[in-house]
Amino acid sequence: MSDLKHDAPEAAAGWAITELLAGFIQELRQAGLPVSLTENLDAMEAVKHIPLEDREAFKYALAATLVKNNTHWRAFETVFEVYFSMRGSRYHIGDADDELAKLLEELEQGDDDMQGDGPRSGSGGGESMTPEQIAEMLFRALQKGDDALMRAVARQSVRRFAGMEPGRPVGGTYYLYRTLRNLDLDAVMDKLMEQAREQAPEPLTPLEERLEQDEFQARVDQLKREIEAEIRRALVADRGVEAMARTLRKPLPEDVDFMHASREEMASLRKAIYPLTRKLAVRLARKRRHGRKGPLDFRNTMRHSLSSGGVPADLKFKYPRPSKPEIFVVADISGSVAAFARFTLHLVYAISGQFSKVRAFVFIDGIDEVTHMFEGVEDISEAVHRVNTEADVVWVDGHSDYGHAFEVFHQKFAKEITPKTTVIVLGDARNNYHASQSWVLKDIEKRARHLYWLNPEPKSYWDTGDSIVGEYASHCDGTFECRNLRQLEKFVDYLA
Amino acid sequence: MPDQSFRFESVPEVRESLRRVDYLSDEGIAGVVYLADRLGKPILVEGPAGTGKTQLAKSVAEMSGARLIRLQCYEGLDESKALYEWNYKKQLLRIQAERADGNTWEKLEEDIFSDDFLLTRPLLEAITADDPVVLLIDEVDRVEVETEALLLEILSDYQVSIPELGTIEAKQIPLVFLTSNNTRELSEALKRRCLFLHVDYPDLEREKDIVLTKVPDITDSLADQVARIVRSIRQLELKKAPSVSETIDWARTLLLLGVEHVDAETAKATINILLKYQSDIAKAVRELEQEHGTIVKAAAGK
Repeated sequence: MSDLKHDAPEAAAGWAITELLAGFIQELRQAGLPVSLTENLDAMEAVKHIPLEDREAFKYALAATLVKNNTHWRAFETVFEVYFSMRGSRYHIGDADDELAKLLEELEQGDDDMQGDGPRSGSGGGESMTPEQIAEMLFRALQKGDDALMRAVARQSVRRFAGMEPGRPVGGTYYLYRTLRNLDLDAVMDKLMEQAREQAPEPLTPLEERLEQDEFQARVDQLKREIEAEIRRALVADRGVEAMARTLRKPLPEDVDFMHASREEMASLRKAIYPLTRKLAVRLARKRRHGRKGPLDFRNTMRHSLSSGGVPADLKFKYPRPSKPEIFVVADISGSVAAFARFTLHLVYAISGQFSKVRAFVFIDGIDEVTHMFEGVEDISEAVHRVNTEADVVWVDGHSDYGHAFEVFHQKFAKEITPKTTVIVLGDARNNYHASQSWVLKDIEKRARHLYWLNPEPKSYWDTGDSIVGEYASHCDGTFECRNLRQLEKFVDYLA
Repeated sequence: MPDQSFRFESVPEVRESLRRVDYLSDEGIAGVVYLADRLGKPILVEGPAGTGKTQLAKSVAEMSGARLIRLQCYEGLDESKALYEWNYKKQLLRIQAERADGNTWEKLEEDIFSDDFLLTRPLLEAITADDPVVLLIDEVDRVEVETEALLLEILSDYQVSIPELGTIEAKQIPLVFLTSNNTRELSEALKRRCLFLHVDYPDLEREKDIVLTKVPDITDSLADQVARIVRSIRQLELKKAPSVSETIDWARTLLLLGVEHVDAETAKATINILLKYQSDIAKAVRELEQEHGTIVKAAAGK
């Protein structure tokens, strides 16, 4: 069994695989995954030990050797789908499908009350399914959670509703939207729940109802994934692998731009921030403890020398205790930059153990202190949510006015800024052409230990239009572009 | 590197053997274990706490009849705890004993740096063992980045270099598992040398199977309910989602309490076994009740 040497014909097949893998790895790198040469070689070695017919095993073999970070899994999966799933001949737009026909047949025989015995042509069947039939099938698939049926529904509904035409320059999301709109999954969910309630021998308790709903929701999510995959397959068949892989390329979670994140990306960002803060906190705590070595600790050294017969073989040092800075976060929470402020506040509070004190201020055109909302709160995201809904930040019209906000900040809080304080201002400095009042920053800089400005806009947009970040920046100790989690993490690390 | 025959025939075989020792794997887990054996590479297992990462190593050891050598990592772990250490107390004694005999220094030096004075620690022990072993390096993310470098030689070449003795090569390639809770990013060098396996919370079916296996007397319907409730709870945004081991504990508790059917009241009364933070418990209790309202509303609105 340990004979792994390839014979000549197999070597040819091996060569084809090597070619394919090379392209695949190229695409992974394009998508931003770091794949090193050794990992590349490992992958090639690994697939030799796996039966190629087994798609799942093949996928895991590649994943184990190429993807070393779980957040990259989704990107990997997408590329994999594009590269390997539709290499078979059976995936083309409008292809007949025997398996489905059989399924339909069974369905119809098993159930006489299925409405509409519509005309179906031979084994191809699929083309002639009416929307009603699809709806019926969908309901059944979701109710039973039958994988095969689910796949069939996905294929049918894409064929029927997505309106895909060869060569049409439209993205996958458009087709997905069209398909889902026609399926009306919300209504189906309601219907399923209703039926579950009717079928139960006694009325469902809230808990049971909740469980039923989660079950159906899971199935609906699965169906959506099937539909997405189906659309992707069809698109790849139409446009070719390379073109498709390019359009599907999505930024990794740590590279998603705060200001232009879609709702889905926002959700993934929120998920990413918790492990990130935990990692950061651990790293900082360690850095503090193991930073530099201090002077020799004589007593400790002598104590330890006893075990080596009085010879001071093991030197012990005192560790210095660096002082903890005090942090003032002043954040713009007007529409466009709100998400950025939210993440920064979250991050700063999550590692507040690293600072002696953290105070938070938010503004649009008025300014309000929100420190109390974080006090004694266990769930930071809840506090951040409260900040966005409860803080009193509108003074006149609710359009950003940095000048006025700074002026009020100076009046109320400037006295409390000490040489131990680090002030961080968050915002895009788009001042709607109000007065800048940059003297406030100049004064703060004099009082505080450091004054930093974080701007969520790309550097090339700075000082265009009503952005006056340049004017403020001249008074700051540092101005940083902070567009994604990676940059934010880097800054906070630098801060502590 | 020494020749060796492979431990496993195929992926399904790995899966089946794991099942026999009560570890329910999935396609991914079994596949990576199989590959690790074939490629002679360590496995880096990552995932949330309590999803059976350490148990995987134990079960693999059990199923292949190998000895498990475990290195628990912690902050401040160093060479002398992980690799080897010279037994300098014994060396001192030897020097003092030899002094009386009037031996030359060269002879003495040769003497005190030999195997007799070497204390083997888990890593060295694993590669010098004659019998089959499984090496488990637990919670590798707890050591500092610098200490990680200690592991690199042994992980890629299965050898340990001791300046006084030379290089000690492995007699056989052990299966190596490294587990990580992902509290920090591991170094690229370490990751590159390993196969990567992410163990996540199991899906509904598998979790139910695990409960059925680990809690022998439980009924099928109760196991199903347990798995479903846990899945619902995991979907909430919690500080710490319930782990598999907590699911099992909960199932055991319900069984002990003689519960046959979980209703909201029982769930609320025992939820502190699943969740360990007060804020999480409050949230879960609220959610489990609240959902009713939204459904009723949805139904009424139609």
